Amino acid sequence: MTAMSDLTASQRLQAFANPARFMALSDRLLPACAVVTCLLLAAGLYLSLFVSPADYQQGETVRIMYIHVPSAWLAMFGYMVMAGASAVALVFRHPLADIAAKSAAPIGAAFTFLALVTGSLWGRPMWGTWWVWDARLTSMLILFFLYLGYMALWATIEEPVRAGRAAAVLALVGSINVPIIHYSVVWWNTLHQPASVFRIDGPAIASSMLMPLGVMALGFTLFFVTLLLVRMRAEIFRRRVRVLRLARTER
Amino acid sequence: MMRAFHMLVARDTRLAIRVGGGAGMAVFFFLTVVSIVPLGIGPNLKLLASIAPGMLWVALLLSALLTLDRLFQADYEDGSLDLLMTGALPLEFVAAAKAFSHWLTTGLPLVVAAPLLGLLLNLDTEDFGPLVLAMLVGTPALSFLGGIGAALTVSIRRGGLLASLLVIPFYIPVLIFGVGAAGGGGVSAVPGAGGQSLLLLGAVSLVSLVLGPVASAAALRANLR
Amino acid sequence: MQNFFAMGGYAAFVWPCYAIAALVMAGIAIQSVMDFRAQQRLVRELDKGKAARPRAAAREAGPDR
Repeated sequence: MTAMSDLTASQRLQAFANPARFMALSDRLLPACAVVTCLLLAAGLYLSLFVSPADYQQGETVRIMYIHVPSAWLAMFGYMVMAGASAVALVFRHPLADIAAKSAAPIGAAFTFLALVTGSLWGRPMWGTWWVWDARLTSMLILFFLYLGYMALWATIEEPVRAGRAAAVLALVGSINVPIIHYSVVWWNTLHQPASVFRIDGPAIASSMLMPLGVMALGFTLFFVTLLLVRMRAEIFRRRVRVLRLARTER
Repeated sequence: MMRAFHMLVARDTRLAIRVGGGAGMAVFFFLTVVSIVPLGIGPNLKLLASIAPGMLWVALLLSALLTLDRLFQADYEDGSLDLLMTGALPLEFVAAAKAFSHWLTTGLPLVVAAPLLGLLLNLDTEDFGPLVLAMLVGTPALSFLGGIGAALTVSIRRGGLLASLLVIPFYIPVLIFGVGAAGGGGVSAVPGAGGQSLLLLGAVSLVSLVLGPVASAAALRANLR
Repeated sequence: MQNFFAMGGYAAFVWPCYAIAALVMAGIAIQSVMDFRAQQRLVRELDKGKAARPRAAAREAGPDR
């Protein structure tokens, strides 16, 4: 049996294409992932709530940033994972790629929702309203719609392989449009507020705040990866159930 | 191949006009939506005038969405789509022909109706020209991008609503730049922004002329193979 | 201590943020794990069902699909 190091990159990728192989691998990786995730989140929580100083301008509300900013990053990261997996699905026909894309979507959507809610809760004490149509929040809202549409398409097309391919096309079209949409929203926003610059995370981030932010971001990312593996495993089983059920009815 | 393209456009256009559904329905919807706006927000003429370009564009968007599922569904159901897929004309051109026909039978009539409906919203008469120009430049994007939604949901019964939901985020740049080019949305406060938005709108439309058919064809292949 | 909970007067905004984050993240984690367990159990049951009828399974596996 050739060692993994002897294989080329594409051969290694092929090795993971086998669902059974993926199940075995993820089975071994998951406990470690989960543990590290919990440690990072706990550390991040401690740093955010206790160690981080209050902001000179924003007071204690800066602690919201430690949730809001990583959520926003993960919202975008989730879409990139989804789009990347979709590209691999369409171009390379990797059998696990559309499963990865499908699994990533709800997690990304959850973080997008979190970014929106925490953004609103941060905006209220800062600007006095529960919602502002600033470029960042508006773009995040549209991203949320893109996630929902993607998940709706998966839910509406019955056959998994067909659903996977259609969803992959949607994700790729979405990823092309996201920069265009974001640019148009920024343009629209500056048109209405030519003078002021509304930045939701303030003018600059002090270095004492970078550490908690970084740890939280890392923790959120690993949380994403852990749940991605869990959901992929569930989806592989779900397809097996479907095949078994169909085989049963044909007897 | 150009002949096949023209034939497909002619066929689809004839069908849309003959069935009587397509063009008329969309314009009727446009009229209805614009008419109920003052009922919703009051007949204050100054207020209506200020929101007229934006409101007309939003109503235009929604009306264009109405006839989207007509794009591929009918042919899918009677098998013509399979024939088209195996025919001489590449699927991307098939999608382009259908989108073009959609623009001729839905987009153009809506653009013609827009200034008249602008009267209902007390739109400034000197804004008529920019509005029509902006809509002429922007409506192709609506048809070509809309085809993507229609193609993605072609195998779903009653997939029209889902197609609309999928496509509306992609319409947002068209909306933003379209309103800007029509003179609304605070554009008058910033010099040169009106012209800039028209150029940006044109760029979005050009991109959609390529992205639309390519993505629609990919979606059709995904759904039909 | 009191100061900590009051969050400089912004308690009504800071704590709900952390609470909602905990809720959403725990929520999707729990849903994912429960869904996985449910699918795993279904696979086991269906596999058992197939094994319990070897003749029918062999008959069905006959013409290569």
